[in-house]
Amino acid sequence: MAAKLRVATTSLAGCFGCHMSFLDIDERMIELAQHVEFDRSPITDIEHCGPCDIGLIEGGVCNSENVHTLREFRKNCKVLVAVGACAINGGLPAMRNHFKLEDCLNESYIDGMGLENAQIPSDPELPLLLDNVHPIHEIVKVDYYMPGCPPSGDVFWSFLSDIIAGREPSLPYELVHFD
Amino acid sequence: MSKTITIDGKEIPYEDGQTIMDAAIAADIYIPHLCHDPDYEPHGSCKLCTVNVNGRNCSACTFPALEGQNIINQSADLEQDRKRITQMLFVEGNHFCPSCEKTGDCQLQGVAYYLDMHDNHFPHFFANREMDASHPDILIDHNRCIFCNLCVRASQEKDHKNVFAISGRGMNKHLIVNSITGKLKDSNIHINDHAAHICPTGAILIKRTGYKVPIGERTYDKQKIDAVALAKENKHHGR
Repeated sequence: MAAKLRVATTSLAGCFGCHMSFLDIDERMIELAQHVEFDRSPITDIEHCGPCDIGLIEGGVCNSENVHTLREFRKNCKVLVAVGACAINGGLPAMRNHFKLEDCLNESYIDGMGLENAQIPSDPELPLLLDNVHPIHEIVKVDYYMPGCPPSGDVFWSFLSDIIAGREPSLPYELVHFD
Repeated sequence: MSKTITIDGKEIPYEDGQTIMDAAIAADIYIPHLCHDPDYEPHGSCKLCTVNVNGRNCSACTFPALEGQNIINQSADLEQDRKRITQMLFVEGNHFCPSCEKTGDCQLQGVAYYLDMHDNHFPHFFANREMDASHPDILIDHNRCIFCNLCVRASQEKDHKNVFAISGRGMNKHLIVNSITGKLKDSNIHINDHAAHICPTGAILIKRTGYKVPIGERTYDKQKIDAVALAKENKHHGR
């Protein structure tokens, strides 16, 4: 039997909806487990991504930690995949790009209703926010895209089945949605 | 004997005065387009309908059909050009499909699906554009305007009102409303106007109708845009 493909996944500025959708492949996960093993992923709770065959990135890039994580994935993954609307075009988090970052922080932490001891968090351990939320292809080279908000479980299954079988991944019309 | 042109090796008839797009639609041949509607004067702005005519690229919606034309509509190069054009439209505006009421019914999205477009390729502009929700029945989200001029043409040619115009150039190009305040509420647009319903994207929306049909059961969730467009446009073709 061929060696298992090593897969890493992460969520940057996303809602984890794409990961939840990945789990929607349901019992097919058992078949998938015969062909792949997981490196860094919410399933394994490994902190850093090691050498992998496939990296699945959910979410856009909104802070300095996202940039480091994304670059680590690009360095270690033979095939990097932008998963979902946020990774592809910034998605809903990028709707803050229409406002100044300072205004966003003030709205959340200073002017918001019911706040006590209002202050903008400034702990040095917190990653610095970027002015804009970026799709991941603006930071690193991306090999494939899985559109959707989120892409359905069938999209994950179709894409991974193609890769496992050594085929060029392609999605039939009925699986391509931007919403 | 009728005059003919050839599209992708298929000989089709045309009449004097018809454009390549007119003849193609009449022959049930889909050429991707966004700014074209057979009910209105061609505008030639979106360039999605670029075809190759005897070795030269041109817009099918404005180029007249002429005897002896050998037209290529489907080729890898043209498909790639059309995909890049569509990607440019996506990055130039702010098209966040999951947050748009028009999703699934949007022609921009429909064309992107048709072209098997999975990403936006270019860096995003993230331009700061406003929304005009002042009118009781109609909403404009300028983030989604692709400057196709269809609302302008519909308002002029069908509604005889001149509610809309495109103003400015390049990055400053924007849709303007003919009213003393520039707001839609102070214009003479009415919910039943053609201009209120013709937008191919989610830029002009009718309020309180967005979710009557659930996401997943909408136009382009079920059918490709070529079938939808030909069924609609062939039936009503001819000005």
